[in-house]
Amino acid sequence: MAIYLDFEEPIKELKEQLEKTRELSEKDQIKGDISSRTKELEGLIEETTKEIFTNLTPWQRVQLSRHPERPYTLSYIEAITDGNFVELHGDRTVKDDKAMVGGFGMIGDQSVMLIGQQKGVNTKMRQFRNFGMANPEGYRKALRLMKLAEKFNKPVVTFIDTPGAFPGLEAEERGQGEAIARNLFEMINLRVPIICIIIGEGASGGALGIGIGDRVLMLENTWYSVISPESCSSILWRSWDYKKEASSALKLTSEDMLSNGLIDGIINKPLGGAHTDPDAIFGIVKKEIQAHLGKLMKTKADKRIDQRIKKFSAMGVFEGKK
Amino acid sequence: MGWFKRIKEGITTPSQEKREIPEGNWYKCPECNHVLTSLEHAQNYWVCPSCQHHERIGAGEYFALLFDEGKFRELAVNLTSGDPLEFVDTKKYTDRVNSSMEKTGLRDAIRCASGTIHGEKVVIAAMDFRFIGGSMGSVVGEKIARAIDYAIKNKCPFICISKSGGARMMEAGFSLMQMAKTSAKLTQLSNAGLPYISFLTDPTTGGVTASFAMLGDLNIAEPKALIGFAGPRVVKETIGKDLPEGFQRSEFVLEHGFLDLIVERKDLKDKLALIFKMLS
Repeated sequence: MAIYLDFEEPIKELKEQLEKTRELSEKDQIKGDISSRTKELEGLIEETTKEIFTNLTPWQRVQLSRHPERPYTLSYIEAITDGNFVELHGDRTVKDDKAMVGGFGMIGDQSVMLIGQQKGVNTKMRQFRNFGMANPEGYRKALRLMKLAEKFNKPVVTFIDTPGAFPGLEAEERGQGEAIARNLFEMINLRVPIICIIIGEGASGGALGIGIGDRVLMLENTWYSVISPESCSSILWRSWDYKKEASSALKLTSEDMLSNGLIDGIINKPLGGAHTDPDAIFGIVKKEIQAHLGKLMKTKADKRIDQRIKKFSAMGVFEGKK
Repeated sequence: MGWFKRIKEGITTPSQEKREIPEGNWYKCPECNHVLTSLEHAQNYWVCPSCQHHERIGAGEYFALLFDEGKFRELAVNLTSGDPLEFVDTKKYTDRVNSSMEKTGLRDAIRCASGTIHGEKVVIAAMDFRFIGGSMGSVVGEKIARAIDYAIKNKCPFICISKSGGARMMEAGFSLMQMAKTSAKLTQLSNAGLPYISFLTDPTTGGVTASFAMLGDLNIAEPKALIGFAGPRVVKETIGKDLPEGFQRSEFVLEHGFLDLIVERKDLKDKLALIFKMLS
């Protein structure tokens, strides 16, 4: 059974009608030709889908970014590399963080270091993956793998999908803040190309911890901001009920982030969200990575780093002498 | 079983009503209730002589404390917040900024200045918690960036005194990217071979901890400062248990390996001078 979000109700109803019509016809309870009726319904479904998905509110996009049927990092990696992927584990200090995955994979003829937060596909796996919330060792594992890629001159691609870095007691003891800070510092100076793609949720420092790249791209229906709409609501409105207002105020959609110059591009998805046609989105993402890598790998490392520093240094809006 | 049950714990007078001593004349330590004149308190570096509680102080106080004869040249004075997102929650962001400016006389949550410590040139960026919780938005990021540029140009050490709740929500994505921006500038300082001392004071949390505050060549903290990524309330909610005594305080953070040393305010200037001498 497909899962529908609240604002997708009209689509769900139409699809159920269509199914029912077909069912009844098979059982001979409707006499005659149903093709005109099914055609009409199919047309309506397409129209309604288009209408809903071209007018999405920021909060609806946040909901889509968390859709339980969305593909997660390992599905992207598996599809993009045609299964030519070797997962590598551990930060060499504390443990292997299951919320952060990574390893070498082949994209066409190019060997690439692929890294990302991983969410679980069912209740048991969600716990195993800690809901995609990495501990410090996750960020340190990611950094270890990036350094490995640098050593062998392989580009890095990161997939960002996290509700935040894990705010646990042990995470604090082991220096969550230091781990993220270290990654920012090291990624700025990494001598190989870095592409970062937000494939779901991009929450705050937990996302940015693997988010410093020559190209930072967002899939269409994802979000990226300094805080989740729920937490923003609870802090600024002192209530959990203003998540819709908060999602609008935060300007966290891909379009807003692009128009504010905080990301480099948007990857458009098939109508209806990534979960409706994963294979199509895998193909699009693969092409995007190849196109960007092609350009980035022609640039010299020093120049690339210089451009990276300039790009992030230029971010910010203030009044006063430039 | 007793006959009586104390339903309300302790004395319940709100603290505002309790404070009958006119402000400005006397200081009462919130930790040990020791009372002294405000002048004595200031002369003791705003530290309680009885329990060593380090009261939160502003950027100006740190400048007075550290720069020789209290003399300094302020950098990038005129920068103030824009409102790139036209952010409105229960209040307009621009109103928050304006009322903070009026209340504190500050332009934003940080001041940067150059001057000398025991005759040696340094650049200091000092955050101020009174301005929207010392939160980091575009102005804080840009001022740190310019202070670092100034340090590189003048080949002198850079000190950042952190005191912040983290990134400023009202500038959302822009605030988040100040973490990247400040870290990027610090790589330039590092590549120029210049020292960066991160001085963490109460409180230093969120996006500030997860960027420049934890990136010092030396990370130094004031005693008992709250230092962490997630705030204690969030951690408590996550684990569903009470937090251990001293959790996320300087001494705890040092024990876990993320601070080089803890320095009392009165010793700070001499200690910094000594460290710079050893590094040069």
